[in-house]
Amino acid sequence: MGARALLAEVGSDEEVAALLADLVRRQRAGELAAGLDLVPAARTVLVDGLVDARELAALSGWLEGWTPHRAPVDEGRLVEVETVYDGEDLAEVAALWGMSAAEAARCHAACTFRVAFCGFAPGFAYLTGLPESLAVPRRATPRTRVPAGSVALGGAYTGVYPGPSPGGWQLIGRTSLPLWQPDREPPALLAPGTRVRFVAVPA
Amino acid sequence: MSAGADGRGGAAVAAGRSFVVVRPGPLATLQDGGRRGVAALGVPRAGALDGPAYRWANALVGNGSTGGSGAAVVEATLGGLALRAAGGDAWVAVTGAPAPVRVGGRPAAWGAAVRVREGDLVEVGAVTAGLRCYLAVDGGFDVPPVLGSRSADLLSGLGPAPLAAGTALPLGTSTPDAGPLHTDWLPLPAPPGELLLGLAPGPRRDWFTADALNALARARYTVSPASNRVGLRLTDGPALARRAGLGELPSEGMVLGSVQVPPDGLPVVFLADHPTTGGYPVVGVVPEPDLAAAAQAAPGTPVRFVPVR
Repeated sequence: MGARALLAEVGSDEEVAALLADLVRRQRAGELAAGLDLVPAARTVLVDGLVDARELAALSGWLEGWTPHRAPVDEGRLVEVETVYDGEDLAEVAALWGMSAAEAARCHAACTFRVAFCGFAPGFAYLTGLPESLAVPRRATPRTRVPAGSVALGGAYTGVYPGPSPGGWQLIGRTSLPLWQPDREPPALLAPGTRVRFVAVPA
Repeated sequence: MSAGADGRGGAAVAAGRSFVVVRPGPLATLQDGGRRGVAALGVPRAGALDGPAYRWANALVGNGSTGGSGAAVVEATLGGLALRAAGGDAWVAVTGAPAPVRVGGRPAAWGAAVRVREGDLVEVGAVTAGLRCYLAVDGGFDVPPVLGSRSADLLSGLGPAPLAAGTALPLGTSTPDAGPLHTDWLPLPAPPGELLLGLAPGPRRDWFTADALNALARARYTVSPASNRVGLRLTDGPALARRAGLGELPSEGMVLGSVQVPPDGLPVVFLADHPTTGGYPVVGVVPEPDLAAAAQAAPGTPVRFVPVR
């Protein structure tokens, strides 16, 4: 992808997690430059900031020899997100799933999620872990303002809005956890690779 | 109205030098080398769009490589900027788009270090060509860094807010190197009459029809007035058709210079405030050295792509 970046494409979100974990390990071990940006997404990992053709060729060779595997499920920090399941779209999501709102909330809280990637806004995490059969469509008309802390579904992804913003995802609940604090390390509570469980709490 | 005897003295620094914004012009922001290593968290790189002009402005006032993201400067779109020096004297230099410079009411040099006395008004007039002026001051603008950079990121709102009248911008400590860089040669190209952008193959080049790729290599577009720090939007050229039956592209990482093609088929060249991931296919990537000219291409400028490896 240009002279300074490589975009590696793999077969599934689990392989993205595994490739990212391997690249991060190599970076920590000093085999990859510390200044490289490793940007995971749905089916790809972007490596950006390569300084020259030699570095690019070396990484390209390593990527070609990389064997797809799944990331170990118990790897990564675990964050519990206390959530009030009272989102404006919870009833609609529950109807799509063929269950009551309470059952939909229990179903969502029973899954273990992983931050697949961030994007859209600083600290906005795309979480995988919901079965593909529970994927929901985006809202036909996006909301002009979604409150900070909204827990939402888009396709099979779960996301939590770090700040108020426009948004087209289905709102199922809310959390008061601060998701984005630029002076914290890391500034995003939900950085790629983090495991996440939603814990239902009363309003 | 005056500071220390020689204007570089410790007294002036201790008093806290600052520049107070009198007129920000259409859009003025603080920029440095931008943010790195945080794209995975969804944070754009930001930073000065015209890298060479940014670096020369700093070099002219003696801001050496300070490590990290470099000294912060003002990036003034279309010029029209006025700042008043407070708390001490300073050296300033204006580069980028040519514009008349006045200091203390008198005409001053563009592209050179100029001495500014405490209380002086520093004015950058409307640009006479190009788009973005860079105003550097010795010591740099010393607002609190966010994630290692003092750059305003207009996509996600990180970093200092765009300049507004009345805001006092603190200056960093002047260094022993502060003062004019003596050079009679400044490698700052004129703003482009026609913008030629190299285009390396992008990761989703094969999403486009052969006709679209041929058209892209030959077509002339123009810079759209909807362009901004996020992207150079192109118009008045062929819409690039995707091959049939490919569906939706899952979101993937984007790099500086990515030429993304949204459903309307008109290419967008990603600049410093670009989103870190995107769901439209990238047909090609413009090499970073070509983006300085893109930062100075005013709306209406003709644009052509030149295939490169």
